[in-house]
Amino acid sequence: MVRKSGSILSPRTILIRGGRLIDPSQDWDLIADVLIQDGKISSAGSIIDRTSIPEHCQIIDAGGMVVCPGFIDLHSHLREPGFEHKETIATGTRAAARGGFTTLCCMPNTEPAIDNVAVVEFIRRQASAEGAVRVLPIGCVTKGRKGKELAEMEELAAAGVVAFSDDGDPVYDPMLMRLALCYSRDLGLPISNHCQDNSLSRDGVMAEGWVATRLGLPGIPAAAEEAMIARDIALADLTGGRLHLTHLSTAGSVSLLRRALEQGIAVTAEVCPHHLSITDRWVLGGKGADVEAAGPFSYDTSTKVYPPLRADVDVEALLEGLADGVIACIATDHAPHDLASKQVTYQDASFGISVLETALGSLMQLVHEDRLGLSTLVERLTAGPARVLGPDFQDLATLRAGTPADLVIFDPNKEWVVDPGEFASKGKNTPLEGTTLKGRVVATLVEGQVVFQDDPISGRVG
Amino acid sequence: MEVLSRDIKKVPTLRGRVIVTLFYEASTRTRISFEEAGKVLSADVINMSAAGSSVEKGESLLNTGLTLQAMGVDAVVIRHPHAGAPHFLARHLEGVSVINAGDGIHAHPTQALLDLYTVREKLGRLQGLKVVIVGDVMHSRVARSDLWGFSKMGCQVTLCGPATLMPSDFLRPQQAWPDAHPLAGVQITTDLDQAIDGADVVMALRLQTERQTTGFFPSLREYVRRWQVTEDRLRRARPNALVMHPGPMNEGIEISTDLAHGDSSVIVEQVTNGVAVRMALLYRLVIDQAAINQEGPQLSRAKAV
Repeated sequence: MVRKSGSILSPRTILIRGGRLIDPSQDWDLIADVLIQDGKISSAGSIIDRTSIPEHCQIIDAGGMVVCPGFIDLHSHLREPGFEHKETIATGTRAAARGGFTTLCCMPNTEPAIDNVAVVEFIRRQASAEGAVRVLPIGCVTKGRKGKELAEMEELAAAGVVAFSDDGDPVYDPMLMRLALCYSRDLGLPISNHCQDNSLSRDGVMAEGWVATRLGLPGIPAAAEEAMIARDIALADLTGGRLHLTHLSTAGSVSLLRRALEQGIAVTAEVCPHHLSITDRWVLGGKGADVEAAGPFSYDTSTKVYPPLRADVDVEALLEGLADGVIACIATDHAPHDLASKQVTYQDASFGISVLETALGSLMQLVHEDRLGLSTLVERLTAGPARVLGPDFQDLATLRAGTPADLVIFDPNKEWVVDPGEFASKGKNTPLEGTTLKGRVVATLVEGQVVFQDDPISGRVG
Repeated sequence: MEVLSRDIKKVPTLRGRVIVTLFYEASTRTRISFEEAGKVLSADVINMSAAGSSVEKGESLLNTGLTLQAMGVDAVVIRHPHAGAPHFLARHLEGVSVINAGDGIHAHPTQALLDLYTVREKLGRLQGLKVVIVGDVMHSRVARSDLWGFSKMGCQVTLCGPATLMPSDFLRPQQAWPDAHPLAGVQITTDLDQAIDGADVVMALRLQTERQTTGFFPSLREYVRRWQVTEDRLRRARPNALVMHPGPMNEGIEISTDLAHGDSSVIVEQVTNGVAVRMALLYRLVIDQAAINQEGPQLSRAKAV
């Protein structure tokens, strides 16, 4: 599965020296070394004496850097098979490596959809041959994502899918959702539902609110998300199935989730970097500045995403839910698109943002603004998503000795300007183009192999 | 205005300029109004509608725009079912003026300009007037442009109609609009009699059956009973109040027939003023700004307009 990236040949032994180790699985936040041998972490958390450094060891000086388990993304769209002009497993996983993600769960809204073993195996084969990071497929809930009859869930589970979802569309029929939650109980995998009541969202393209009114764009009310979440929570309670809520975006959704957790219902949820950092004002143009009227920069289609960017109160509620653990994890909903899908009117544009390569930078903004703790951020990108995936995946979210050396080194203070031209992703669709972010990945390792390395890293093979 | 009342309605101001009207939606008065405005100014006006053009072969808006740019047109007057389509063209085209002739439910700026012009012409001022806009505000780009225009010019705007046809932000304005936003002061009511009380201008909006996809109100009968603008209801307004309508009218639905053609109606003047306003706009946007700055011969001609 893991491979060489570019011309970098990783040696078998790597010492990452002097970094700030943040490992939420062990409550670590300390300055120490990490030694990697044969793809596994052989020791971490102590200072390795100069005399006991193994021979032929690459040394990475991580002074001033954060070293933590690699990020796990529960929600990304790799577009292959079927939409290779938007993204491929090769480009999407390289984008992941650049963003510090070592594990991607890819959504099944491909063509054909991931509703049978043949497609699961195709994805695993492609990921093994061309992928830069781990790829864990998510299977469909229903055959062809049509929302009519259940897919062969047990066979998909046996083939290695890690969750079920018809993402892009909700499981709209409540009876079918009940059956899915009930049937999947013994498989131990969550149903990850796209929370959208289509009859309320209708032809909406952005958040309902004064910006939508000002721009004359059809709005999507918060209730379109909340109605679906309320229904799903009731069904999870009814069936005892495992429910995972995708891309929460409203304050009301956080309240519903909070109450469900208080009642002990088995539900987890994710939130996306863009919903934590930007609002519907960005659709007006001017990157969220106070713009009164529509102008030539209004209707920026790179801001079109489902669920839509919402208001400040929603952002605050999401941050609060993330901080207190009601929201278990951050997922990107990386949704790359080709130019033709976005270089159209706002109403014609496809929904989605290319997120993998800007996720850390935009989230670190929140840390720098003291709105989110650094160790909380790391937890929600590592141990949090691993908990949603289940006990078999805990080794991917820790620096414990003996576990696979999936880790990321990032410079929390490095400022950089977002230039989609530099993205590894085919999707250049980001509203952050041209903005300055503070926090950048320096190196990403998967099973001890360097799959991404930024220029300024100082390393030597000795 | 003066040119339009001459025997020979032609001035050479825009001779040699090419204007394309690019209409992706049906229109009679707006398209003809722009065409007349252009032709009176001696521009060559080419009409293009989506039906029967390369748009039907799947050409994108961007490529259609680039094609027109390559042909050297000076201005594109666009009507499109999607909000922001003119902004999109303006962002991607160079050296071509783009004029919004109506985009989705967003805006119809020239209609608002002609409405403002008409009210000021008839009542002598705009500041402090009470303007009531009645009907399907949600699907009306005219209402949105008027709302913006009249508010900006110091009028007190009241919106009236079924709650289901109001943008939801206006139903909870204190939560929705930022403080000090120009539109935060807009009043809203479902009671037409209350709305008309003391009004200087009453504008009935066309019930846009083509934009409504579900039943926003129980029946036309109930709509007429509650929101038709009638002689009877107008008695509550100020004595010289104006009755307006952007057209085309559904007489007997949003406005009674006798009122539409009565003394207080300025609906016909709105149409006439529309041509004049569009002439002014075409002049402004098509004539090179440099020529205006130099006070060249074109400016003196413009003064005749």
